[in-house]
Amino acid sequence: MKCAPFDYVRAASVDEVIRTLVGANGEGKILAGGQSLVPVLALRMARPSVLVDINRIPGLGTVTRDGSDVQVGTLTRHSVLAEQIHHPLLAEAARWIGHTAIRSRGTAGGSIAHADPSAELPVVAVGTGATVTMAGPGGTRSLPAGELFVSALTTSLAEDEMITSVRFPVPSRWGFAEFARRHGDFALVIAVVAEIEDSVRIALGGVGAIPVRAAAAEQVLANGGTAREAAAAASNEISPTADLHGSAPFRRAMAAEMVRRALAQAGVN
Amino acid sequence: MDVTFSVNGERVRVDVEPRHTLADVLREQCGLTGTHLGCEHGVCGACTVLVDGQPARACLMFGVQADGSSVVTVEGLAGDDELHPLQEAFVVHHGLQCGFCTPGMLISAMHLLDTDPEPTREKIREQMSGNICRCTGYIGIVDAIAAAADVMRSGDTGVSDRVSARAQETPSHIEEPKRSPPPGG
Ligand SMILES: Cc1cc2nc3c(=O)[nH]c(=O)nc-3n(C[C@H](O)[C@H](O)[C@H](O)COP(=O)(O)OP(=O)(O)OC[C@H]3O[C@@H](n4cnc5c(N)ncnc54)[C@H](O)[C@@H]3O)c2cc1C
Ligand code: FES
Ligand code: FES
Repeated sequence: MKCAPFDYVRAASVDEVIRTLVGANGEGKILAGGQSLVPVLALRMARPSVLVDINRIPGLGTVTRDGSDVQVGTLTRHSVLAEQIHHPLLAEAARWIGHTAIRSRGTAGGSIAHADPSAELPVVAVGTGATVTMAGPGGTRSLPAGELFVSALTTSLAEDEMITSVRFPVPSRWGFAEFARRHGDFALVIAVVAEIEDSVRIALGGVGAIPVRAAAAEQVLANGGTAREAAAAASNEISPTADLHGSAPFRRAMAAEMVRRALAQAGVN
Repeated sequence: MDVTFSVNGERVRVDVEPRHTLADVLREQCGLTGTHLGCEHGVCGACTVLVDGQPARACLMFGVQADGSSVVTVEGLAGDDELHPLQEAFVVHHGLQCGFCTPGMLISAMHLLDTDPEPTREKIREQMSGNICRCTGYIGIVDAIAAAADVMRSGDTGVSDRVSARAQETPSHIEEPKRSPPPGG
């Protein structure tokens, strides 16, 4: 349960991170809050030769309102996200992440980059239509969150790229519902409802390898259907797999119920 | 790598290997074995310490990352002659049996009472959910934190008497409270 040896670089700037990652030739890893990476290293599921610590880079940990969006710096701790007032849906989602000692170190960018299928923030990112900005050797680029997640624990980020911020549109109405076995456990099913520019978006987590939009359920609502009909549509359009924590029919049933609750919280009937 | 940080108010300077966690550095280089390692991957909470006032898993931070920080471990709780009210309350209310989880429990509870001096039992359970105990069944731990909160709010000395007095009121504890060795040893 101890990590293999690595070289440690405490980066002072984003440029230094990129330079170090490029120099590491695919053997480098960014260290943010460490709440997912350090367990991976301790279990020796990964053995990077260089760790680039981004925790001391100034200016990456703030949450700012910018028009109809909220800009979240990559180093924003879950505990800060839970307390900020600009984006109530993000605050609610952050409160569901792990425990106090996890939230005080874990970061927004780290959670998005880690792309755990049961994590809260990736579902909010897909649900609100967030935009992820990353820096790389060729400069910066931005990508819709929906295009970032490739499969479980895998994103389309290159090995020498670093997320610098995530822009989340602020919904006019929203709902968040999660089912987990115990308080602070990873979710079995997460439902996010976000009304953006008069259309209701629904995203689900825990029902597949990546967060998914419940497009059929959204269509039901757009056509004037009820919340109950939308919840049923959501549970039909997903293809959850069974695991230790629940069978596929159980996850379908939970998805319907979580969508129903999130829609009710958003005031969509 | 050379790092300097403060532990329980004392400045320490150590030469650490980057792969060593803060917990390893505290235990093996600072001689502070109160911080326990259970799972070493963030799940059990036994290694919880305060880093710059915030609770953190010492098994999920590397020692090098503590450079320039101030760290509080369970050894920082007791005064010279007196246990911290939380430690007293854990003794009196049977908040520990084997004691393995206790250092992390105490640090998490201290942070909880720093941020909310009057937590409900519900809030205590929620805030302590990141710390696993295989012995007590948690009731004694919640009792202890609630009792310590009362004592700490009243703010004066003679801590142990009042924690004991609370213990008598709690029907689940029939026996006269006995003293156990302080937790975290
Ligand atoms: C006991 C426990 C319970 C938890 N429960 C939950 C939970 O309920 N819900 C949940 O969502 N999470 C949970 N987590 C995980 C936690 O939220 C992590 O904080 C998060 O997944 C990763 O963020 P981090 O900042 O800690 O990243 P790290 O662990 O430092 O990094 C994770 C990965 O992302 C990469 N990375 C980090 N930052 C960047 C960046 N800026 N650009 C590119 N790549 C980057 C790293 O290289 C690494 O591969 C839990 C963790 C623990 C230990
Ligand atoms: S040893 Fe750190 S959480 Fe278990
Ligand atoms: S007292 Fe033994 S694990 Fe908690």
